[in-house]
Amino acid sequence: MNLSPVLSVDDVHLRFGGIRALSGVSLQVAAGQITAVIGPNGAGKTSLFNAISGFYKPQQGRMVFEGRDISHTKPNVRAAMGLARTFQNVALFRGMTVMDNIKLGGHHRMGAGTLQAMAYWGRSQREEMALREELERDVIDFLEIDHIRHQSVASLPYGLQKRVELARALAMHPKVLMLDEPVAGMNREETEDMARFILDLQEERGMTILLIEHDMGMVMDISNHVAVLNFGQLIASGTPQEVRSHPEVIRAYLGAREGRTPAAQQG
Amino acid sequence: MDWLSFIEFSLIGIFSGGLLSLVALGFVLIYKGTRAINFAMGEFMMLGAYLIYTAHSWLGLPLWLAVAFGLAGICLTALLVERLVLRPLAGQPVVSVLMVTIGLGAFLHGAVDAIWGGRNLEMPQMLPRKPLLWGDLLIPGPIFWSFWVALAVIAALSLYFRFSRTGIAMRAAASDPITAYALGIDVRRTQQLTWVFAGCVGAVAGTIVASISSLSPALSATALGVLAVVILGGLDSILGVIIAGLVVGWLESIAVGFFGGKARDLVPYLVVLAILMVRPYGLLGTRDIERL
Repeated sequence: MNLSPVLSVDDVHLRFGGIRALSGVSLQVAAGQITAVIGPNGAGKTSLFNAISGFYKPQQGRMVFEGRDISHTKPNVRAAMGLARTFQNVALFRGMTVMDNIKLGGHHRMGAGTLQAMAYWGRSQREEMALREELERDVIDFLEIDHIRHQSVASLPYGLQKRVELARALAMHPKVLMLDEPVAGMNREETEDMARFILDLQEERGMTILLIEHDMGMVMDISNHVAVLNFGQLIASGTPQEVRSHPEVIRAYLGAREGRTPAAQQG
Repeated sequence: MDWLSFIEFSLIGIFSGGLLSLVALGFVLIYKGTRAINFAMGEFMMLGAYLIYTAHSWLGLPLWLAVAFGLAGICLTALLVERLVLRPLAGQPVVSVLMVTIGLGAFLHGAVDAIWGGRNLEMPQMLPRKPLLWGDLLIPGPIFWSFWVALAVIAALSLYFRFSRTGIAMRAAASDPITAYALGIDVRRTQQLTWVFAGCVGAVAGTIVASISSLSPALSATALGVLAVVILGGLDSILGVIIAGLVVGWLESIAVGFFGGKARDLVPYLVVLAILMVRPYGLLGTRDIERL
């Protein structure tokens, strides 16, 4: 696999006061592959995501996306460049319909700016129609959510809300799709559906995916590359097989010395 | 009081409540968009009216052009305020922002006083003076028409927030700025636009109030009275404050009818106080508003 990375994180250090959330983390996300970041609770997985999407400013290190250093780029600009993400806790706009939520994902792609959109009704309306058609075809049908698109998101079951959030991220036309625990809290069936969608995105559309997940089974099944974080440090990285047998990983996950139950096997 | 005058006072009250709803909407927009209460709302109302007055009476522009001039001036002021006063405060506690809006209000008040003086000025005629006669009922023209202007502005804004792309983005940014940011929405831009909208709403309301009574710096005090409407309706509910505006307008009018002019300011607030004891978050407000 000698694909050049779309996104690379290079020696990133992130501290909150005395707490070291990330210490010297480096990670390459290869084009068209599924890269997973795993690790016990508090390992710094979400901090890494927040640093990549620009909500946290690392004190040291840099992030390069498609050859551009984005370390000092604002979150909304990074999103517009093609870094789309979902959140660990469903972050949909609860007062709105499914369709409005998804359309917001396409917001940044519309040519007419805020003031233009107010003035040029004609153009902005045509754009809107085009966006709608595209979303129905490429996102809503694909994720099998056309039956709920006019419902308010607040009324949907959790599994569907997660799917709507994925739909909204897809509407952004991501170059890297970042999924923060896409199957957390889902039952077996919902988890399998979601895993299938993620695999389809990679296999049929060649999408580059970076995901955080607790569900070890799913991570090992669908990922091409796995990076393991523990206490803010990268302790292992490689193919699922390599990582599974890595002694550091086994220690971090199974807590060999403490003898605790394996937190990562649940779900 | 007989039935006829009860109906008459009720109608006048509800019609004059439209303006209260409109001003309250200005507060709610800012609150929803930026989580701050804009205590300079009254000064925005006053400034808008003064700008329109100046464009019409001093520069001799026709009325529609004067209104456009006044609104443009308010948009500019709102943009400047957002950029110079509020943006540097991003990330500070809400209380600081609140204090700054009070200071901003004092500044605008003083500036208006210095430029135009404290005396009463005669606003140009904005709304038809002719009273409406429905059988034995008599409704003053300006109050009747002010209701419909207020309603039209509120309806236009509601449609904008419901259907337009920018309006939906503004709602998204208001309900969850972090997620909106992650979707590529420029949250600062939507906040700017929120200030512009609230400023224009205030300017329209201020101009109508001034044309019904007269124009003086005292106009800004109207907005403080509206705070009761805002609290009653729920700080974050547009529908809530529209209803609350009509309720308070009706209460004011009925109070005047029953107890005379002095009761006008007292009775509605007693009722609001009583309602708030039962529903502290307002009629339609969300429960988790931070108490200030």
